[in-house]
Amino acid sequence: MAYLELEKLHKEFGDFTAIEEIDVSIQAGEFLSLLGPSGCGKTTALRIVAGFERPTSGRVVVEGKDLTNVPPNHRDMGMVFQAYSLFPNMTAEANVEFGLRVRGQSGAERRKRVEDLLELVGLSAAAKRYPHQLSGGMQQRVALARALAIEPRVLLLDEPLSALDAKVRVQLREEIRRLQTQLGITTLYVTHDQEEALSVSDRVAVLSQGQIEQIGAPAEIYNAPGTPFVAEFIGTMNRLEATVAEEGQVQVNGMVLAVTDARGLPRGERVLVLIRPEILDLQRADGAASSALVGEVVAHIFLGAITRVKVDAGEHELSADLPGHRAAELPVGSQVAASFPADGGRVLALSEQPEGPAERAPAGQ
Amino acid sequence: MTRSGWFWVAVGLLYFLLPLAATAEFSFKDGDSYSFAAYREIFDDPQFRDTFFLSLKLAIVTIIVALLLFIPTVYWVHLRLPQFRPLVQFLCALPFVVPPIVLIVGILYVYNYQWVPGKYLGSPYYLVPGYVVLGFPFMFFALDNAFRAIDVHTLTEASQSLGAGWTRTLWKVILPNILTGALAGAFLTFALVMGEFTMASLALFNTFPTYINYIGQTKANPAAALTIISFGITWLALLGILFVGRRPGRTAVQVGGGAR
Ligand SMILES: Nc1ncnc2c1ncn2[C@@H]1O[C@H](COP(=O)(O)OP(=O)(O)OP(=O)(O)O)[C@@H](O)[C@H]1O
Ligand SMILES: [Mg+2]
Repeated sequence: MAYLELEKLHKEFGDFTAIEEIDVSIQAGEFLSLLGPSGCGKTTALRIVAGFERPTSGRVVVEGKDLTNVPPNHRDMGMVFQAYSLFPNMTAEANVEFGLRVRGQSGAERRKRVEDLLELVGLSAAAKRYPHQLSGGMQQRVALARALAIEPRVLLLDEPLSALDAKVRVQLREEIRRLQTQLGITTLYVTHDQEEALSVSDRVAVLSQGQIEQIGAPAEIYNAPGTPFVAEFIGTMNRLEATVAEEGQVQVNGMVLAVTDARGLPRGERVLVLIRPEILDLQRADGAASSALVGEVVAHIFLGAITRVKVDAGEHELSADLPGHRAAELPVGSQVAASFPADGGRVLALSEQPEGPAERAPAGQ
Repeated sequence: MTRSGWFWVAVGLLYFLLPLAATAEFSFKDGDSYSFAAYREIFDDPQFRDTFFLSLKLAIVTIIVALLLFIPTVYWVHLRLPQFRPLVQFLCALPFVVPPIVLIVGILYVYNYQWVPGKYLGSPYYLVPGYVVLGFPFMFFALDNAFRAIDVHTLTEASQSLGAGWTRTLWKVILPNILTGALAGAFLTFALVMGEFTMASLALFNTFPTYINYIGQTKANPAAALTIISFGITWLALLGILFVGRRPGRTAVQVGGGAR
């Protein structure tokens, strides 16, 4: 049975619906991320789990016990906030000790535990320092140690890294993941940074407008986005509007392309073909090309190991990631034809209102 | 600063310091020479001690009542009822608009009702509610500033998520971080009570300010000495505010963070 269950959570603030419905089960020891754009209700969902907000309807269940009406200080949930959450009047040590004092642990026991935790987050040397004497990254480590000290049933993190600079962010997220795995603690992690979510989670739930768009392992979310919204939100995606033609083929601008994923779809249906930039290949097109996807190179974006080549193909703007030397053969202004292997594209049915982020088109499979 | 700037600073200082220096000089005058005679006379006067300690007690009680009343109130306004802050700010202006004389008449009227136990009627402590009202603006602004300097929501929620209830959160987490503001409010209230004349006088109590008034009308040199003493008390209170404002380790400043 699932360890933490969010059952049909629904939340309204006045007449504004912050959460339409969130229904998800989390296994013991699992690391689940709630990922979504600003205002999609991630924080609200987390606060409902922590007990700071009551859901308008729905339940929060941990180990079969309904906690929906339990006040936050009796929930045993460790929470790490975005920033400014350390008690400014206490040293790092005293901050970590706070929850243990509340629980009435003996002095010796407390000191041992505080020491262990500060060591775990690599801050033994800073035990006696006040929050204002710690860097942003160190403050968040202390906040993490403080949340873990009480051996919470669930660890909740609300964008704990968003106030830190890029390098510390990457370092700390790996450390959070390492600690989480080591301690086997069930974790709910809120972020709007897709790279962060994909790199540390067991599963990612992509939220949009108070609903879960898709939930799955990072690779699944990345490789097989279930809705146009997810496809758009996660990574970069080329989108081609097309019509289903023969079995396993689609028509774009009157030209036929083979896409395995289009099999089984009714002929004439409007679909969206999604192709990752790393899948798309570019060739020099001399004269009249036979491909549907011809255009002019308009920009090169240097990304280190690869170069992203932008192509203006009439109705579509395409991006292709090529190794530097290949990109160099296709300077800005040259005519190119784009192609991709038949199994490299993903097909989603296009509903009546195209591109609306809330649309929940069935996955085309 | 420019030359004319310094000039005006000097004029300002003279304006404040000259009367003070003159008063001080006068307070030490003893015939043709100088002595502490006037001060001795004041300190030897049992009335001085009685009224001074009465005002001191009134100040302390007022401060305690005001803190007990206003810390939870301001906390709650910040945490749950931010929309009421303008209203509270408006209420703050009332003691300035409604003069103490109106206030004390109102309070005397209230105390004339039968339900007030007789023993409180003769007690100077019934000035306390009036003082709390008079001190409310000072206390509120001091506390309000302190609460604005900390992240009340996050600190409260962090404390709760660690298992603390309201009492512990208020006592261990919130109070230490607004202590500077609370102390500043306390010193201001202290100075206020030590100098409030109208209410005490109308209610016929002999507090320190009414004593100053009495001496001022009867004895010249001791009055000057008393002025200097009372001035010293006010300055000590102000110094107290400066001092608590500078204590390290209590500030709510945190490095890092930013985008929120
Ligand atoms: N207490 C509240 N009263 C009214 N509306 C609220 C309240 N809290 C949140 N909302 C609204 O609910 C929606 C979801 O808010 P939430 O904070 O959960 O978003 P989020 O996904 O965490 O966004 P962000 O990435 O910006 O933090 C927002 O439109 C917000 O304005
Ligand atoms: Mg948020």
